[in-house]
Formats: sequence, C-alpha cells, structure tokens
Amino acid sequence: MKTRHKRMAFILVGLAGLSVAAWLVLNALNSNLALYISPTDVLAGDAPKDQTFRLGGLVVEDSLRREDDGLTVHFEVTDSANTIPVTFTGILPDLFDEGQGVVAQGKMQGGVFAASEVLAKHDENYMPAEVAEMLEEGEKLKQQYGQSEGAATVPQTP
Amino acid sequence: MALKDSIAWYHFSAPKNFYPLAGKMIPWFWGLTIVLLVVGLYLSFFVAPTDYKQGESYRIIYIHVPAAWMSMLIYLVMAIYAIIGLAWKVRLADMMASALAPTGAMFTFLALWTGALWGKPTWGTYWVWDARLTSELILLFLYIGFISLQSAIDDPRRAAKASGLLAIVGVINLPIIYFSVQWWNTLHQGASVSPTMEPKMATIMLTTMLIMTFAFWMYTIVIVLMRVRRIILERERQTTWVMELFGGEASGGKGEKGERK
Repeated sequence: MKTRHKRMAFILVGLAGLSVAAWLVLNALNSNLALYISPTDVLAGDAPKDQTFRLGGLVVEDSLRREDDGLTVHFEVTDSANTIPVTFTGILPDLFDEGQGVVAQGKMQGGVFAASEVLAKHDENYMPAEVAEMLEEGEKLKQQYGQSEGAATVPQTP
Repeated sequence: MALKDSIAWYHFSAPKNFYPLAGKMIPWFWGLTIVLLVVGLYLSFFVAPTDYKQGESYRIIYIHVPAAWMSMLIYLVMAIYAIIGLAWKVRLADMMASALAPTGAMFTFLALWTGALWGKPTWGTYWVWDARLTSELILLFLYIGFISLQSAIDDPRRAAKASGLLAIVGVINLPIIYFSVQWWNTLHQGASVSPTMEPKMATIMLTTMLIMTFAFWMYTIVIVLMRVRRIILERERQTTWVMELFGGEASGGKGEKGERK
C-alpha cells in the first residue's frame, strides 16, 4: 500500500465515520429540529404542556373571523386530519390567507391555541398573475358546465 | 488520448504552468459573466412576470436562489480540492481551495441577507431558527472558520492541511441544507426546482433564474482565477520563475515588486 493510498483510505474511513455520527445525532435531534407541530400531534399530546410551541398547518377555508377591534382574529389550523382553533391579536403577514400554510407561536389555553406570533408559510409554486387568473377562470367554467369536454378550455387573454 | 489528457492535467497542476493559463482564461470568463448578468438582470426586472401570490417581492429569488446554490456548489468544489490537496499533495489544489472560500462566504451571506429581506414581507419575520436557515448559517460559519484557520497558521502547508480537514468534515452540512426542507417541518418552502421533479415555476421565471445562476457561476470562476493567481505569486515568491516574471535577478529578494518582462 502506497502512502497516498493510505491517506485516501484514512480520509474515506474518516468521512464514513463522520457521516454515521452526523446521522445518529440528527436522528436523535429529529423531533427538536422540527420548527412546528401539526394539529394531530398536538391533540395526541406531543406538544409541551403549558409551554410555548409552534403550531403549523393550513388555515381552514371560511374559518377566519375578525373581532370588532380589527386586530383580534380567530381562525382554524388543520393538517387535514385534525383541526385546532387559533386566536391572535396583531398584524397578520401579507401572505396570510385561508387555504394557505401558517406557523403560529403560542400556547394551548383550554382547547384554543392563543398565538403571540403568526407567520405565513408560502409554497414552492411560482406563476405569472395572468396564468393564475386564467386557471381560476378555467376552473369556474369547468364547474359551470360540469365535466363536459371543451367547456374547460382556458379563455384567451385579450 | 487518456494519456495525453493526464499529461495535460499534470502539466497544469504546476502553479508555474497554471498561472499563465489562468491569465488567458480570465478575459473570456469576464465576457461571459457580463453578458449573462446583463441578460439575466434585464429578464429579472423587465421580462419576468409578476407572481400571482407574492407580487413583485418574489423577484428576489433571481438573486437569492442562485446565491444559495452557488454557496453550496462552491463549498463542494472547495472540499474536493481539499481532498486532492490532502491525498495527492497537489499544492495548486490547496491554493484553489483557499481562493474559493471568500467567494463562497460572500454568496452564503448574500443568500442569508436576501432571504431575510424576503422573509419580512412574505413570512412576517426576518429570521426563524428553522432547519434550512440554521444550516445555511452554519455554512457561513464553516467558510469563516476555514478562512480564519488559514490565516492563523503561518506555514501554508500546515494551514492547508488543517483548513482542508475542516472543509472535508463540513461537507456533511451540504445534504443537511439541501434536504432540510424535506426532512423536517420548516418555514422555508420546499424546492421549486430539483433534478427529480417537474419545476414548479413558470418557464420564463425558471429560465431567468438559471441565467442568473450561470452569471454567478462565471463570476465565481473569474474571481477565483484572479485570486488564485495572487496566491500563486505569494506562495511561490521565492521561486526563480516568479522572480524572472517580475524581472528581478535571482538574488532579487522579495520579488513582489518590479516591472513585468
């Protein structure tokens, strides 16, 4: 074995050892590395009791209600299996919307999650505004005319 | 053919032979950088359409995503050079690794900074300690660690050994950054573009982002070639070829100043 080969072997073995170590550490930390907890896990008791944690999921459609003070909002967060009601007083981020992802920080108070901070989580889709409008139009037409062929064609832009 | 290639590799792995080659390559890569950057920025600001949800603020991806990609690619290349330097004792590989680090650190900082500016209007916060953001911050610390370790040790060969080892160990962070959005719940969104999936963005947006990425890539090559030429001169200043290059006599001492022949 040449010295060069020995050095290579040393590096490779070292790398393999480090990878295993990193994998073990990450596995052990797995739950702590998650930024937020889903409603299902919260209801299963995985969330810390009487402590602040982050709840994440989608805002349920038509669940957003504003109180008269204009700042306090109520909405529901779901992971499509379970749903938790959330209350928050403050300014919501621009991308906050029903049907969108959200990460809220706060505590459970008698079945309701009292949030002190609400962050919007956006998805990985990017498309031109015009295309989104066309898709929406097409969707509407589809619903109007049922699933018949030709009815769902995307209208031409002027 | 293979033999001829390997001779060429061998030939240009000598700093003395690589120095003039790098000098010849620099103007070409400057040209590519400028053309790609002008086209890319024009597309970014004037051609790429407004996003349906994020409005105009999404345009930061044309800087943010290429910078983040380059920050990881540069680290990978740096670590490969470190392995070559450690295993085969190729001095030029050590020099390339040191030349890559500052540009990698710059792109990492750029990705973090643009991400923070983007995070405020879209997420509602500049920073969260989620897995993606934290691992990218660790990448910045790795670059800074590499650079400071190198400047802390005077002997270039010992410095290359220590910092090369750090670079190699740090490679573990790269898959963590890349897959963090799949492995854990993060605030950062998943990948829009990946080798295994159909891109989740409009073609013109994707094209613009790729052109910007190539612009950053070419810029990296130019800057690294320029930096490695300086490093070659600095570390080889005692050799006859550097002294001759600067018109000094063999007894000319430092060989850092003087006229070019």
